[in-house]
Amino acid sequence: MLGVAVYLVFFLIVVTIYAIMVMGLNLQWGFTGLFNAGVVGFYAIGAYGTAILIGPDRAALIGGFEMPFVVGLLGGAIAAGAAGLVVGLATLRLREEYLAIATFGIGITIQLVALNFGALTGGANGLIGLPRPYFDLFAVSNAYNLAYLVCVIMIAGLIYLALERVVQSPWGRILRAIREDVTAARSLGKNPTLIRLQAFVLGSAIMGLAGGLYVGFIGFVSPIDFLPILTFQIWAMLIVGGSGNNRGAILGVLVVWGIWTASGYFIGQIVPPGYQSQAGSIQAILIGLVIVMTLLLRPRGLIGEEESVSSHARKRAQQAYKKKPEP
Amino acid sequence: MLQALADGLLTGAIYALGAIGLTLTMGILRFANFAHAEMMTWGAYMALGVLTAFGLPTAPLGPLTFGWPLLLATVVACALTVALALLIDWLVFRRMRDRVGHLTLVFASFGIALLIRNVVHLIFGGRATYYTTELQIAVRVLPDLRIMPDQVFTLSLAVVLVIAVHQFLQRTPLGLSMRAVSENPSLAVINGVSLARVVRWTWIVGGALAAVAGVLYGVAVQLRPELGFHLLLPLFAAVILGGVGNVVGAVVGGVLIGLIESFSVLVIPAGYKLAIPFLVLLVVLYLKPTGLFGGTSGGR
Repeated sequence: MLGVAVYLVFFLIVVTIYAIMVMGLNLQWGFTGLFNAGVVGFYAIGAYGTAILIGPDRAALIGGFEMPFVVGLLGGAIAAGAAGLVVGLATLRLREEYLAIATFGIGITIQLVALNFGALTGGANGLIGLPRPYFDLFAVSNAYNLAYLVCVIMIAGLIYLALERVVQSPWGRILRAIREDVTAARSLGKNPTLIRLQAFVLGSAIMGLAGGLYVGFIGFVSPIDFLPILTFQIWAMLIVGGSGNNRGAILGVLVVWGIWTASGYFIGQIVPPGYQSQAGSIQAILIGLVIVMTLLLRPRGLIGEEESVSSHARKRAQQAYKKKPEP
Repeated sequence: MLQALADGLLTGAIYALGAIGLTLTMGILRFANFAHAEMMTWGAYMALGVLTAFGLPTAPLGPLTFGWPLLLATVVACALTVALALLIDWLVFRRMRDRVGHLTLVFASFGIALLIRNVVHLIFGGRATYYTTELQIAVRVLPDLRIMPDQVFTLSLAVVLVIAVHQFLQRTPLGLSMRAVSENPSLAVINGVSLARVVRWTWIVGGALAAVAGVLYGVAVQLRPELGFHLLLPLFAAVILGGVGNVVGAVVGGVLIGLIESFSVLVIPAGYKLAIPFLVLLVVLYLKPTGLFGGTSGGR
């Protein structure tokens, strides 16, 4: 029974961290229509950024500044945001898919840096023995995990509330205006490139924050945690729940991570040991099918975006509906 | 130095073949097809599948490591890759064209890339394989330049195919329609060009070239399910460097990317080689986003 509870806490921490990433992607794609094909890259930048800032001082490594966790977390998010700024500046004034191509490049490049720049990232072994924040306050590691879960959920909740406020604000309305019709937005005196850049950098920083939270939870980073499949998983989570809706995004995380975990479990049970790696691609095929089928059959996702109409227009429409004579 | 030049030309020739198909897709179908490089993976593995399934002998042809069976298998692989491209278009892209924003097509191709890569992984396994186990001795052409017969073959075939595609686009009525759609689809349709036919032929040409490029990559390097995944960035860089929709540009871009990669290894650790196309891409996008030769209107 305890085993199940321990696993559940672990599962929920991962789900919550992914939900934060999906909310970052939702700001980029769901609200602003920006395609980020290198989600894992921004997550990795945040994770490594945090790890380098909080890590213990080691002679062989450049990093290890022994900073407090909160500073590391913010530093990781800022680093991810800065990476978003670099690709955003290069691509956002151009054809839309250039951003997709450039972010795909970030994803690949970050993995190369993680593997090869050993002096900073620890290479293939990664950075181990990172301090877990306030670990000493707890006698049992399970209790610590539970507390960490509560913290992560609170952070995710804060981000959710903040994003809900932001997308309802005038700035958020410009985001959707740009997504729907750039020319119209520009003719109203808005600067689409600048606004897109702001949304993209903010989304990237949120993904970086998720990376930092992951590091605080597991206490090490290595390139294995940042495989390209993660980008596809996050996308599947967003599209299944319904992009443009943060509640849908969170539902999508549960559904997709559930499918992923369950299919992994069944493959582990059924397939003989020698073929596990080969059969593991079934999991990735499921993710690919989820993405393509959702785009084809239910592009709005499970919940989908709520219609947003100005309150005046809605009132007028209701009055017009009431006045309509009975047939 | 000379060796880096030769290696760069070889890689560049393979990039060029892949980039032609990608630039046609981006110019004519007007979306960045993330699944294009996976068609190279598919083509390369289909050739391997044909060789294994029919137990064809791998007797080498002259000084090459492979013989006529691989050439035959490549032809079959081209057909199977074209079939896959047309099937995907019929199942997915056709339903989305003109109905949704073109970024949704990019998104769909992104998901399809994952599907193709993992279907190949599921069927053939993840280990690196080769078409033959024949060893080949490099011929010393100059004091500091060694070339393998396979490399000469690869380069010659690439040159022949590039010239053939160029002639096809410049001289035939079909090639003219394809260029017309790339320049201005509505005007082309008004003038009686069949959009469906142009779309079909874009997939046929792009798919067949991708299959050949995949096989040549398998001959020159090795076969892995991640083959296409790692080629995607160089291909995109080549297409944008040459100007989107511009076939000659894609060829020059491919060769340039191959050369830059090959020479960069003289300066930076080899582990970062894959990041070079990304850096080139960023520089091009900052300085000259229309590419060296300017794209067609589909590129803008």
